[in-house]
Amino acid sequence: MSNSERPNQLFRNLNAKIASVPMILTALVVFVGGTAWTVLYSFTNSKLLPRLNFVGLDQYHRLWSTSRWLISIENLLIYGAISLVFSLVIGFLLAALLDQKIRFEDTFRTIFLYPFALSFIVTGLVWQWLLNPDFGVQRVVRDLGWTSFSFDPLYNSSIVIYGISIAALWQGTGLIMCLMLAGLRGIDEDIWKAARVDGIPAWKTYLFIIIPMMRPVFITTLVIIAAGIVKVYDLVVAQTSGGPGIASEVPAKYVYDYMFFAQNLGQGFAASTMMLLSVVIVIVPWAYLEFGGKKRG
Amino acid sequence: MRYKFLTGAFAATVALNFAGPAAATDLEVTHWWTSGGEAAAVAELAKAFDATGNHWVDGAIAGSGGTARPIMISRITGGDPMGATQFNHGRQAEELVQAGLMRDLTDIATKDKWTEIVRPKSLLDSCTIGGKIYCVPVNIHSWQWLWLSNEAFQKAGVPMPKDWNEFVAAAPALEKAGIIPLAVGGQPWQASGAFDVLLAAVGGTDAFLKVYKDKDAKFAAGPEIAKVFKAADDARKMAKNTNVQDWNQATNLVITGKAGGQIMGDWAQGEFQVAGKTAGKDYACLPGLGLNEVIATGGDAFYFPLLKDEAKSKAQEVLAETLLDPKTQVAFNLKKGSLPVRGDVDLNSANDCMKKGLAILAKGAVIPWTDQLLSQDSQKQKEDLFSEFFAKPDMTLEEAQKRFANIIASAD
Repeated sequence: MSNSERPNQLFRNLNAKIASVPMILTALVVFVGGTAWTVLYSFTNSKLLPRLNFVGLDQYHRLWSTSRWLISIENLLIYGAISLVFSLVIGFLLAALLDQKIRFEDTFRTIFLYPFALSFIVTGLVWQWLLNPDFGVQRVVRDLGWTSFSFDPLYNSSIVIYGISIAALWQGTGLIMCLMLAGLRGIDEDIWKAARVDGIPAWKTYLFIIIPMMRPVFITTLVIIAAGIVKVYDLVVAQTSGGPGIASEVPAKYVYDYMFFAQNLGQGFAASTMMLLSVVIVIVPWAYLEFGGKKRG
Repeated sequence: MRYKFLTGAFAATVALNFAGPAAATDLEVTHWWTSGGEAAAVAELAKAFDATGNHWVDGAIAGSGGTARPIMISRITGGDPMGATQFNHGRQAEELVQAGLMRDLTDIATKDKWTEIVRPKSLLDSCTIGGKIYCVPVNIHSWQWLWLSNEAFQKAGVPMPKDWNEFVAAAPALEKAGIIPLAVGGQPWQASGAFDVLLAAVGGTDAFLKVYKDKDAKFAAGPEIAKVFKAADDARKMAKNTNVQDWNQATNLVITGKAGGQIMGDWAQGEFQVAGKTAGKDYACLPGLGLNEVIATGGDAFYFPLLKDEAKSKAQEVLAETLLDPKTQVAFNLKKGSLPVRGDVDLNSANDCMKKGLAILAKGAVIPWTDQLLSQDSQKQKEDLFSEFFAKPDMTLEEAQKRFANIIASAD
């Protein structure tokens, strides 16, 4: 690819630039354009078909006075906190344990990662059966003799979201473990040796030396987990379809239901704009700290 | 354009049976009739249409209307319309018609004198928008039925109730015998529909119309509707042990005697029939819950999207005529458990329950149904409220009624 003449800046790596044109267009038209379109129409009273008939903030007023939306937000927060904390902690612990140069590491890794190969729909279905009181865990334990044992999170409004979180953790932790393991393997052996020479206990080495060194891995992991939290939908549909009642509704499901079932695009768009806003509120300060800081330093 | 492309792509992944060119015209018909009784009924329509020399391409979409309608609408708005599609007549397809995506059937209607043969008149009225007719009603489905299992009441040792109040009184005895008194599945529309039935039965026809037709929010917050909420509370207590989702699973609980009864539309009758049960002997039906014998004239209708293909447009006309043909009407409705839309057909082979329905229809004791009175948006809000109400025993009646009145206040 080396030309004898030094080409114009614009034509440098021309092949690569041409190749990325479709993706740039997709990003601009589909993501940016689609987002702008959605936000614009969230201020209208569009029903089944989009119409530019502005009603100001009416859709948002209605949204925030709907109990189903409030329950959805609350569920998302609980689900988010659980999956963030537990998948990081469990994922890291599993990775640290696997990193002890144990035997059959490959086997264990495969076992832990396998659930990730399943879609949320399948995961949801499997856990719906496991948590069904008539033929799941509860039944098995009762058959073993503990007849008063009761475990039916999916049929109890107040704890159903935890039942869903269990399934999500089962499915997602394996991937987090792999990412963490890769991060741990990237740490120089010499660091460990130096820590050992200084007589620092292993847990302290992990906590104060290794984890700070794994910062980039943690950030990647965080982004992956956070994206998974906001978009959770299929798992809920497969496991409970929002039930019992509306106890396990999530924002993404509200958007879908109001756009298509209720034939009220305006309301669905308002809800999806709120979802976007919540992501922006989290991302912007973080991006500012992360990237803004570097340039100054 | 982008919207069109996306919805089109979405629709294409769902329905992969494109009609190829053939000698007889293929017409794809989408519907959500997938349970045992429903599938048997739709086969009758297909048979009748195939007999005209055309070919019915079945586009059944599983998962009830809530799942099917978004798919159908996406296909129509996305520029990949089917030949004909089922909707509940009323306001579900209103905007599609207003956007000019549906075919005007007025010519065929005048030619075949639909206004004379279709009864009650309100059916055709809900197909009429701006003076033009856009759909063919095929049946009358009424929600106002309480299905009771003889076996369950025998086991509990109590006589079969004759109305809702007796049924509520019998509930403790049923529970003692390990029977769920009332089966209500987890799908939101079931809870919402059951409430509407209670409203028409306990509150009466006037109350029903005042709330849903006049959208009188003050009345909806008043003492008469409080009575209905009291009845809904009874229903909630009686239904608390139902651990099924789909309506036909709930019906199956009644068929097998595991549940005492179910408030469900007359489509449940198809399930009893498929299970080989006899009305009056194995199960009983109480129209209007035995309190207020009216039936609502909801139901199914076929809409025809505007097509460019001429052969297909011709086939649409043939299908529209076939659907209203007396023979098709009888064959279809007997299997479906619904009532025919024309009064001049012979229904001697109808069973007890259908005859009860026909008698009420002949008396003219009909009310319009919520599908005809409320927009899908209001319906969905109502579904959210009642599915929460039925699943949450600690939700107070006052709170529920207040929220109900709010929905009515903002309803359109």
